[in-house]
Amino acid sequence: MNDTVTLEVFRYRPEEAEEPTFERFRVPARRQWMILDALNHVKDDLDGSLSFRWACRMGVCGSCGMTVNGKPVLTCATYLSDAASSRDPVRIEPLHGFPVVRDLIGDIRDFIAKLKRVKAWIVRDDEKPLSEGAYLQTPAELARYKQYSMCINCMLCYAACPIYPLEPEFIGPAAIALAQRYNLDSRDAGAEQRMDVLSRDDGIWSCTFVGECSVVCPKNVDPAGAIQRYKLQATADWFKSLLMPWRGR
Amino acid sequence: MKRSNEPFFWSLFSAGGTISALALPAIVGTLWIAPAFGWLEPLDGDDLLALLEPPLARLGVFALVALSLFHWAHRFRFTLYDGLQLKHLFGMIATLCYGGATALTLMAGYLLWSL
Amino acid sequence: MSKSYRLYHPKWYRRRMPIFWWLRAWSYTRFITRELTSLAVGYGAVLLLVSIWAVTRSEETYEHFSDLVLSTPALVLHLLVLAALLLHTLTWLNLAPRAMALYVGGRRVPDALVLAAHYLAWAAVSVGVVWLLTRGTA
Repeated sequence: MNDTVTLEVFRYRPEEAEEPTFERFRVPARRQWMILDALNHVKDDLDGSLSFRWACRMGVCGSCGMTVNGKPVLTCATYLSDAASSRDPVRIEPLHGFPVVRDLIGDIRDFIAKLKRVKAWIVRDDEKPLSEGAYLQTPAELARYKQYSMCINCMLCYAACPIYPLEPEFIGPAAIALAQRYNLDSRDAGAEQRMDVLSRDDGIWSCTFVGECSVVCPKNVDPAGAIQRYKLQATADWFKSLLMPWRGR
Repeated sequence: MKRSNEPFFWSLFSAGGTISALALPAIVGTLWIAPAFGWLEPLDGDDLLALLEPPLARLGVFALVALSLFHWAHRFRFTLYDGLQLKHLFGMIATLCYGGATALTLMAGYLLWSL
Repeated sequence: MSKSYRLYHPKWYRRRMPIFWWLRAWSYTRFITRELTSLAVGYGAVLLLVSIWAVTRSEETYEHFSDLVLSTPALVLHLLVLAALLLHTLTWLNLAPRAMALYVGGRRVPDALVLAAHYLAWAAVSVGVVWLLTRGTA
């Protein structure tokens, strides 16, 4: 039957069962539907208890990340027909690497905590008062970090990274890319503080450049590239502090 | 908050990876594959000793061997940690990998020095 | 909620990472294969070391070593080693531009240029190595 598509959805309802199950739903095979539309159809018409996150439905908020047919994707940006043509029934699971709270919802507070640790904001020694006007930045200065500012915190990179589930302490691709976004920002003065957080065994040194994070990133942030570039920086810094210890931190 | 000393090992890994990537294929091909096919005369003992006579050559070979070994040590350590989930054996693995690399490097240094 | 509460929260489902996670997706298998090329790098270094050891021992030891190294089973092994080394070289050089963000006069050096420079270096070193190793015997 090709006017419907079967979804095989991960269900986890801790109040009912200890172990998760997969439940099948048959949804209309609408040409213009994304996976998210199919899930909303399930929730509206088939089973209102299905729980999942979504918001903007246009690929900018980063809420709807899930594992579809084994790959981490934004469900609002993945066509139902594409998923069905690669595997039928379409398997939908929560993002890998995160503990599952319920159904398709993962606990992402680890990531939020890491964003805070990495100080993903402009750090300055002195704040200019509003009366003195805005911080000015040339297009060239913007170009240095712009790619990393595209991150929408969707965590697909954490789901794709094989190291993250093996080492939950690993600070992770997005956190490092965002740290770099601020390190490379001409208005920022927090690079030293961030290096204390990043140049640790649970920071960049857990990364082995698998590269899958950059492959799945929907915004072409290239966190893998950010991490490798930071490794070079951290190494240069390590040698400098070894050979020239008088350089103040 | 203490920063890791991993950069030291990573720089050995990087240097070793680069030097082995650039030089080893040609060395393996020229020394051990082409002669086995009969495309080249195999290098005999005197030729090898003559090649290793200049101190610069000995230094170059030492750098190649040492850095390649430490490249292997670092990379294999992480492969065991992640590939076979043996991170809890980190003491034994580190000793095996870096200890092995150090021992062989010292042997290389001794051999090349005493030529 | 404290971290320890979350860590041991009994109701949240945690999926274990299987030992052979790297067999479950082709991208992960490619990654592990790439990492295992380090064994070929180590082998190449060790064989070089052994050949130097053999030549310092005695004429007979080196000849015996040479016979072993040029035998057919060794050749088969070395063809595999060469394949692994080439994989190492290609993956290493191709990833190099991602790790380097070089700025010259405020403009970013294009990746293609960095890549080309690396391949040129590989060609130059290879030619140099072949020349060095064959000039006595050719």
